[in-house]
Amino acid sequence: MEIGRSIQRVDAFDKVTGRARFTDDLCPRPILEARILHSTIANGWVKSMDVSRAQALPGVVKVLTCFDVPPHQYPTPGHPWSVEEAHQDVSDRRLLNQRVRIYGDDIAAVVAEDALTARRALGLIQVEYEEYPPVLTPAAALAEGTPPLHEEYPGNVLKRHTAEIPLPESDFKCAEDVLTFPGYHQFRGHYETQQVQHCHMEPPISYAYAEGERICVVTSTQIPHIVRRVVGQALGIPWGRVRVVKPYIGGGFGNKQEVLYEPLNAWLCAQAGGRPVRLEVSREETFQNTRSRHPISFDVRAAVDGDGYLMARECVAVSNQGGYASHGHAIVSNAVTGFRQTYLDQLAHRSDAWTVYTNIATPGAMRGYGIPQANFALECMMEDIALQYGLDPLAFRLQNLMPQGYVDPLNGIVCHSTGARECVEKGRHFIHWDELRAKYQNQTGPVRRGVGMAVFSYKTGVWPISLETSSARVVLNQDGTVQLQLGATEIGQGGDTVFSQMAAQAIGIPTEDVHIVSTQDTDTAPFDTGAYASRQTYVTGHAIKKAGLQFRDKVLEYARELLPGGEKLDIQGRNVVDGASGEVLLPLAELALTAFYSFGHSEHLTAEATSQCRDNTFSFGCCFAEIEVDIPVGKIKVLNIVNVHDSGKLINPKLAEAQVHGGMSMGLGYALSEEMKYDPKTGRLLNGNLLDYKMPTALDHPELHALFVETEDPSGPFGNKALGEPPAIPVAPAVRNALLHATGVAVNTLPLSPQRLVEAFREGGLLE
Amino acid sequence: MYDIASIYEAKSIDDAIRALKADPGALVIAGGTDVLIKVREGRLAGCRLVSIHGLASELAGVELRPNGDIEIGPLTTFRQVAESPVIQAHIPVLGEAVDQAGGPQLRAAGTIGGNVCNGITSADSASTLLALDARLRVRGPRGEREAPISQWYKGVGRVDLAPYELLVKIVIPKDNYAGYTGCYIKYAMRNAMDIATLGVSCLVKLDGALVDDVSLAFGVAGPVPMRAYSAEAAIRGLPIREAVQAIGKAALEDVAPRDSWRASKALRVQLVEELSGRALAGAARKGGAAV
Repeated sequence: MEIGRSIQRVDAFDKVTGRARFTDDLCPRPILEARILHSTIANGWVKSMDVSRAQALPGVVKVLTCFDVPPHQYPTPGHPWSVEEAHQDVSDRRLLNQRVRIYGDDIAAVVAEDALTARRALGLIQVEYEEYPPVLTPAAALAEGTPPLHEEYPGNVLKRHTAEIPLPESDFKCAEDVLTFPGYHQFRGHYETQQVQHCHMEPPISYAYAEGERICVVTSTQIPHIVRRVVGQALGIPWGRVRVVKPYIGGGFGNKQEVLYEPLNAWLCAQAGGRPVRLEVSREETFQNTRSRHPISFDVRAAVDGDGYLMARECVAVSNQGGYASHGHAIVSNAVTGFRQTYLDQLAHRSDAWTVYTNIATPGAMRGYGIPQANFALECMMEDIALQYGLDPLAFRLQNLMPQGYVDPLNGIVCHSTGARECVEKGRHFIHWDELRAKYQNQTGPVRRGVGMAVFSYKTGVWPISLETSSARVVLNQDGTVQLQLGATEIGQGGDTVFSQMAAQAIGIPTEDVHIVSTQDTDTAPFDTGAYASRQTYVTGHAIKKAGLQFRDKVLEYARELLPGGEKLDIQGRNVVDGASGEVLLPLAELALTAFYSFGHSEHLTAEATSQCRDNTFSFGCCFAEIEVDIPVGKIKVLNIVNVHDSGKLINPKLAEAQVHGGMSMGLGYALSEEMKYDPKTGRLLNGNLLDYKMPTALDHPELHALFVETEDPSGPFGNKALGEPPAIPVAPAVRNALLHATGVAVNTLPLSPQRLVEAFREGGLLE
Repeated sequence: MYDIASIYEAKSIDDAIRALKADPGALVIAGGTDVLIKVREGRLAGCRLVSIHGLASELAGVELRPNGDIEIGPLTTFRQVAESPVIQAHIPVLGEAVDQAGGPQLRAAGTIGGNVCNGITSADSASTLLALDARLRVRGPRGEREAPISQWYKGVGRVDLAPYELLVKIVIPKDNYAGYTGCYIKYAMRNAMDIATLGVSCLVKLDGALVDDVSLAFGVAGPVPMRAYSAEAAIRGLPIREAVQAIGKAALEDVAPRDSWRASKALRVQLVEELSGRALAGAARKGGAAV
C-alpha cells in the first residue's frame, strides 16, 4: 500500500539543501526591474501625473501610468472560468487605476535597468489627486450619500443575498416565526472577526519575457492555468499566446489563488519591447496591495427548545470587501453556508450575506475561505447558548451535529462520512476535559486557567458552486519508472508527495518509481485549476487514479503481448506478476525497454485522463485548548492544544500532521495577535510589516498536537477528503471559549489581544 | 539593493571623527540593524555613511576595571554583552535585557552602543542602563567628555551627541551595581522579534527585609527612556512586601505614556502599575527576599 505511508517528501532534499529552484532562482540576469508607484490617498482620482523627471533619469526604460493602460477591466480571483456570463467573476480592475480605491493603489510603474534606479524614479513622479474621505467600514460605505467606489455599484454593495432552507410541515411560516416563538429560548449574539494576512514566506514575484508572438510569465502562483487566462483577459490577447510557468513556491495560503501582478508584469514586458522584466513586491506591498482574510461582522440569532435542540438560526454577515472585488461575494456566501452546515436546524435557517466595498486593502481568498470567520461566530454562539441556558457545551454540540447522510437543503452536498463525534471524544480525552472543566470552576486571583473547544465542518473542493475538473498524465520511462504530470500544484503543502503516492497506488508500483514533474508549464502541463479549496487530493486524486489505472491497463496489455497465455496479470512492486500466485513474470524495466525499442512493436506507453468531479463531501474536526490568563496584563498563554481531524483516509500521515501544525499556528495568530490596522484619517495601513503585524514567532507557540480519526469516505478517490484548510478553522473559537471558561468574560471580537483583553476585563469588573 | 550614496570605512576612532567632521551630514553605521532598516524604508535613502563596523579592537568588549567599574565598548553586540562573563557575574540583569532584543540574528549584529545612540524609547538596554546610572564617554575632535545617562536623552530619537562625536565607552560605576540585584521585564506582543510595549527595569539593594535602595526605569512610558524617581523615593526604607504593593501606583506619578495605535495610554498605564511591582519583586527575589 502506497496510500497511508508516511514517506519522506519527494522534494525534501532539494528544499533543505537549497537546490530547489524558485522563481527568483530561475530569473535570467541582468534583467529589467519594474517597480510600482502607489497612491498616497485611499479614495479619489488621479487627476494628472508628471513623469518627465522620472523618464529622464539615466537607466529608466519606461514610465507608464494609469493613463497609458488598456481601458477595459478584468477579474482577478482564481476561480474556474464560467462560460455563463452571469456566473463570471466581477471585472473591476485595470492594470493601473486612475480611480484610487485603496491607500497605496497601483497608479504607475517604472521599468529600469536596475531596482535602485526604478525606485529612485518612482520618487520623481509628480501626482495630482482629487481626494475623498476614506471609507473603511461597511457602515460608512452603506451610509446615505457616500460616493460609490465603483460606478457599477452605486450603493457600494457588491452583492447581497438572502436564503432560507425549506420549512418542514408546521405552524411556522418562516424562520422569523420560529426565531420569535416565545416557547423557545431566544438567543442573540454579535461577533466580529478581523482582517489578517497569509504571510507566506516568498512574496509575490514574477518575470515575463516575449518569445515569438507570445509572452511567457514565470511566477509564484497556486493557479498557473488560471493565471494564463487572466493575463490573456487583462492584456486583451488570445489565451494561447500566453505561457505561464510555475516553479516551486514559498507558500500561498490563498493569496496566490489570485492573479496578482502577473498581468501588469506581462504588460510592462510588452511595453519594454518584450525584454525580460522582473517584478517582485516587498513585504510591505504584499500587505497593502495583495489579498487578506475578510473582516466579517456577524449578527446571529437562535431558537433553542427546552431539550437543547436548535430549532432555527439566523446569520446576518457583513463582509468588508475593501477596494476591489477579488473573490468577492463567494467568501461571505461560503461563510453563511458553513455557519449553517455544521449543525442541524430542526425547523428553519435564514442567511443574509452582504459584501460591501470600502477603502481597506482588498481581502480575497485565505485558508478557509470565509469559514474561519463563520466558525468563530458559530462556535462562540454555541458556547454562549450552552452557558446561558445551562447546557453542557459538548453534549449540546453533539446533539445538534450534522449526521451522516445529511444533504444540504440548498446546495445538495452530502455528508458521505463523518468522524466528528469520535474527534470530539478523542479531543476530550486528550485535554482531560471533564477534569479541567471542574477544576477551573470558581477561580479567583490575577492568573486563571480555562479549557475551551470548537467543532467545525468543511466541504472538499468547490462543486457544485463551481466547476471541478482535473487532468493527469502518466508517461513510462525506459527503466520502468514513470513520470507523473499534473496541472495541480505543489505549494509547500506536500502535494507532489501525495500525488506520487496516489499514482503509485493506482499503477501498483512503489512511490519511489514515480517521478513527479513539479513545475507546471501551461504549454505542457495537463489542465487543472490549481491549489485551493482543499481540493487537490480529492479532485486531482480522482484524475490521478483514473490515469494511473488506464496506464496500468496499457502496461498489462503490452505485457500480454510478451507473455502469451498470461491472462490475470497484475503489477506489484517493480514487476508484472501472475495475479493469482504473485509469481514474478516480467520486470517492468524489461517491459519498458522492450516497449521503447522493440523492432516488432515500439510504443511509448502513456495515459492521460480528465476527471470532472461532480461530488463533494464534508471533513470534520475540532480543537481543544487549555489556557492561562494573566488578567492584569491581558495576556493569554496556551498551555495545551490539540486539533483532531476527520479528513477521511490519510494519504501520508506525517505530512497530514505537519499540515495540521501549520494550520494551528495560523489559528493561534488569528486568535491572539494578528490584525491589520488602519489610520482612520488617511486609510493608510499602519502595520503592514512583520514587526508591527504580530504574527506569532516560534517562542509564542506551545507544543502543537494533531490527532486523527480516519474514516473511509466513499466519494474520495482513496477514501480521503479535505485537510488543507481545516486545521486553521477551530483554533480561535476554542481559545476564546477557554478564555470565557477561565474568566467568565466573553470577548466577541478577534484578536484576543492584550489591548482588547484589558479593556474587557475592566468592563467585566476583573480590573479596577 | 540599498540606496546608499557613499560609505567610508573608518580605520580608527579618530579617523571616524575626522570623517564625520569633514561631512557633518554623514551618519554613523555600526551593526547596521537600525540604519539599514531606515535606508530600506526610504527614510535614509541616499544617505552617506561612516562605518565604525571594523573598529572592534578599539570599541568592542566588556572589561572589569581595577576600581570595580565595568566598561562596555559600544560596538559590543547584544550577544557579546549577554555572554560576557563580567556581565553575567556582576550585572546579569543587563545581559538578560539585551538578550530580549529582536531575535538571534539581530543580537549577533546589533550593538549596545547603537541601542544607546539611536535614542529610541523602546531600546531594550536603555531602561537598565538608566537604572544603573551608566556614564557615557564620548569622544569628539577636542577630546573626551563623560555624561550621565540621565542627561543623555533629549527627545524622540535625539541624544546628547554632536554629529562629529562618537560614543566610546559605556561605564557602569561599581557603586551603581555592587550589592544590587535587578530584573528587566520586556512587555511586548510577542516573545521574540518584537519591540517593547513597555520595558521596566528595577534594581534593588536590600537591607534584610527592607528596601535600602532602589532604582526603577522605563522604556516606552514616555518619549524617551525615563527613571521613576518619585516611585523610588516612595518605597525606599519600606519593607519589601509593602514596597512591591506600593511601587506601581507611585510610578504613575513619573510616567507620561501616550495613546498610539500600538497600545492605548490606558493599557500602558495599567502595565506601568502592574509591572513595576513585578519587576521589583523579581529583583528582590534574586536578592534573596521571599516575595
